[in-house]
Amino acid sequence: MAKVLMKGNEAIGEAAIRAGCLNYFAYPITPQSEVAEYLAKRMPEVGGMFLQGESEVAVGYMLFGASACGERVFTTSSSPGISLMSEAISYIAAAQCPVVFVNIMRGGPGLGGILPSQADYSQSVKGGGHGDYKLLVMAPASVQEAVEMVTEAFVLAEKYRNPVMILGDGLIGQMMEPVEFPEKVAAKPSDKSEWATTGMDTRKSDKRNLVKTLFLDPEELNRHNLMLKEKYKKMEAEEVRYSTYNTDGDYKAVIASYGTMSRVCKTAIDMLKKEGIEVCMIRPQTLFPFPEVAIRKAVEKKSCKLAISIEMNMGQMVEDIQRSVSGIVPVKWYGKCGGEIPTPEETAEAVKKYLNNEE
Amino acid sequence: MGKTFLKPNSLSDNHTHYCPGCKEAAHGRAPAMATGIKRVRPDLNVFTYQGDGDLASIGMSEIIHSANRGEKFTTIFVNNAVYGMTGGQMAPTTMPNQKTTTSPFGRDVKDVGMPIKMANLLAALQTPGYIERTTVLKPKYIVKAKKAIKKAFIYQMEKKCFSFVEVVSTCPTNWGMTPQDSIKWAEDTLLPYYELGVFKDTPKMEEKNAK
Ligand SMILES: Cc1ncc(C[n+]2csc(CCOP(=O)(O)OP(=O)(O)O)c2C)c(N)n1
Ligand SMILES: [Mg+2]
Repeated sequence: MAKVLMKGNEAIGEAAIRAGCLNYFAYPITPQSEVAEYLAKRMPEVGGMFLQGESEVAVGYMLFGASACGERVFTTSSSPGISLMSEAISYIAAAQCPVVFVNIMRGGPGLGGILPSQADYSQSVKGGGHGDYKLLVMAPASVQEAVEMVTEAFVLAEKYRNPVMILGDGLIGQMMEPVEFPEKVAAKPSDKSEWATTGMDTRKSDKRNLVKTLFLDPEELNRHNLMLKEKYKKMEAEEVRYSTYNTDGDYKAVIASYGTMSRVCKTAIDMLKKEGIEVCMIRPQTLFPFPEVAIRKAVEKKSCKLAISIEMNMGQMVEDIQRSVSGIVPVKWYGKCGGEIPTPEETAEAVKKYLNNEE
Repeated sequence: MGKTFLKPNSLSDNHTHYCPGCKEAAHGRAPAMATGIKRVRPDLNVFTYQGDGDLASIGMSEIIHSANRGEKFTTIFVNNAVYGMTGGQMAPTTMPNQKTTTSPFGRDVKDVGMPIKMANLLAALQTPGYIERTTVLKPKYIVKAKKAIKKAFIYQMEKKCFSFVEVVSTCPTNWGMTPQDSIKWAEDTLLPYYELGVFKDTPKMEEKNAK
């Protein structure tokens, strides 16, 4: 297919349809509303379903219900809306339903602002809702990558029977970029007959499926959690995704950065190179599972003095990097979180400052 | 030339798009927050200022329960039949066949039901004391709306009841109309459905009965 120029939010909606997801529930919120506005027009054209819920709380459970029936379903929202969905996300993870969530992040906490931010890193990666659960979290750095991740998210959600979160900053939703939709549409929906509640008509055996999250028997609940844990371990073994930049030479620092911020970092790295300062970047494409090994390997290079987390928040990824580098180098942070995106110049300056202090 | 209008003393020069001096609750939760304020500081005059998306959609639960407990604050409910701030999406108050960005083919009542009449709905509860629907489409309506809002605050100051004043208004930007056309559309379309008037005035009735 030829390239088309599309706004990120609209491309995300289109990608979901092409991934075979014809069910969409959502609630308006800036900077994400264009997904719903696009799909309000587009879903009827392809025989799909869109319903605007009365709140994100309700949307969360609409998703749960639809997914429990074994149907592909997804939603898009932005930070405060994801907070309201977090209760349902915990239930959906507990019941192992493959729902795809897209968070086009804005500044927080509270109402915060409507400009780009990455302040929901911890919410997505560490929890958000209650209980021991993990989301598979993907962070696109371009409209093209957002489209590809949406396509893959449905496959991964079904592979693991686990909710997947696509964590894009506001710019990913609002920016227009050329995008090429994958030729091959996502895999056929997986066989859900073993768990989905599809009604009497389609039931294959006398076995009744039950979608539930309540386990009053402590041993049973413990087993359930161990089973979930195994699943998360498998994700850690099989689904880590990242890309690297300028890792060949003798770099002095490793930047870890994702989403829009990582694109600024690339330019900053090029600028520093011109001044003779070598810095590399590991860009996590999955935030959970985290590219722990890649980051540790990168800082093991003799020339490397530090790791710097560069993100549009107050340093939420720092502890994951610390865990990865296990003390080999110090871990610093640079970023902004009012909605402004640090410029390449500011970023390069911050890196230089840290390096100078090291020497 | 003399001044015809003066800014009320209650308005400060604070630069904010919310009313100055207010607190700002999460989307839909103002009545719960107002409850918290009023319960710990009954001496304060407390009001919530909420849109139709806010109050009739995400905040439906909070407004019903606050009204039903008879919280002694005042709710001003600005109904413009659309989500304005977020760019014109469908609200629970959007009219049948009305086009919005999330109902591009017009509100399909077979799919999402008829618009919610909040004043009528709250009036079905026994506790809330004063409920009136007003509008600000023309000066003749504005005079009435002002009286209603004043009454609501007087009831609050007299610690009488929960008051709810719905204000039917326009949203030219998101309706895609000129301000003039939007006033006409609101009069022709909104007012026949959202009928103006007092739905409940328990303090007044009680006063009458006492006489
Ligand atoms: C939890 C949450 N979801 C969504 C939003 C986005 N949002 C802000 S205002 C608003 C509704 C605006 O419509 P309305 O209440 O009718 O007020 P109007 O702007 O029309 O006066 C929405 C959906 C939000 N702030 N928080
Ligand atoms: Mg409104």
